[in-house]
Amino acid sequence: MKTVVKMIVTLSLIGIISGGFLSYIAAWAAPKIEKHRKEATAKAIFLVQPEGKKYESVEKIDFECYKVLGENDQLLGFALPYEGNGFQGKIRLMIGIKDDLKEMTGLQVLEQVETPGLGTRVTEEDYLKQFVGLITEPRIDWVKGAAPDKSNEIQAITGATISSKAVVLIVNDGIKKLRSIKDSGGKL
Amino acid sequence: MKKQVTLIKEYTKGIWETNPVFKQVLGMCPTLAVTVSAENGIAMGLATTFVLVFSSFIISLVRKLIPTQVRIASYIVVIATFVTIVDLVMKAQFPELSVALGPYIPLIVVNCIILGRQEAFASKNSVGRSVTDALGMGSGFLLALFMLGSIREILGSRTILGFQVMPNFYEPWLIMILPAGAFLTLGLLMGTFATFSARKKRIEREFILKKHTSSRQIISATEGGAE
Repeated sequence: MKTVVKMIVTLSLIGIISGGFLSYIAAWAAPKIEKHRKEATAKAIFLVQPEGKKYESVEKIDFECYKVLGENDQLLGFALPYEGNGFQGKIRLMIGIKDDLKEMTGLQVLEQVETPGLGTRVTEEDYLKQFVGLITEPRIDWVKGAAPDKSNEIQAITGATISSKAVVLIVNDGIKKLRSIKDSGGKL
Repeated sequence: MKKQVTLIKEYTKGIWETNPVFKQVLGMCPTLAVTVSAENGIAMGLATTFVLVFSSFIISLVRKLIPTQVRIASYIVVIATFVTIVDLVMKAQFPELSVALGPYIPLIVVNCIILGRQEAFASKNSVGRSVTDALGMGSGFLLALFMLGSIREILGSRTILGFQVMPNFYEPWLIMILPAGAFLTLGLLMGTFATFSARKKRIEREFILKKHTSSRQIISATEGGAE
């Protein structure tokens, strides 16, 4: 009986002390972590909307999306963080698109776990710059091995076709979601 | 009573004689997974050393108060506390590093080097000795991860700690930064370490043998003289 009590007391004490200590550290770290997250989002938004001066979150929708405003507070377009499946895991993108949803202004990769040296090339400038000024209607397409001849096409990376395709599919999905809200008369 | 070794020996054994990675082959998951670059290796090594040293300190401090039946549970709670601290501090101060190391920081909790040292050492030795032992093991782990990370980074992406060291015409070996590269590098390093310690042992043996023969010669010479 004595050992049982001792066991319970010891474990409870260790738990209480470490819990108290951790809540103190967590309280210190939480605002800093939140600040880094916001900074990373802001950086990505202005990379996909280079003319943007400020941004605000779109209200009354069930996913994350940002309105990007220009110098005189006019609406330039949207920045939409969107994720989908890549070759090995999730790819999270920041999609920049004009306010009529017809033309893209840029694309950034926020998170990915693609194959190093192959799939990870979708994060490189050469691939991403293809999305600047890309027409999104009826949808974005990809071509292999040759330069694209239509204004809604991009060239997939040799050796990373699946990752390149995955990025295009995620972008299409994200734009479709925005479009469906707009078509159903919703306000963005 | 166990033979007491010096504190210096207690420290250096973790780096060479019982190096956690090359000799004990412990903590393989972070060793293989995060060493795509030297920087990741250093960060992982430092994080693990921090957890190891502080856990050893606390465990050796309270080793006589913890009932044996719940010792493993107690170790895990203490280790998990320090791992969470590392995780939070890293997220707050070094967000990029925290993204690069991803889930492997929380996984330090189950790194067998740490639990192994608590069970095998900190729970039986004084605070000073336990911390020295933890520092040694941590240094050995850090050194191993840095070596692995450097080799893989140089061969796999031409750089070390972000600085280019290989000429542009050198085509990076992609396999080195893929999981297979971790196994190849680890195998080669372990082989190298084993060769060195085998040679060291042979030299020591020859030295003893030589001493033995020469003393016998002296004995036989003196005996011969007496006759």
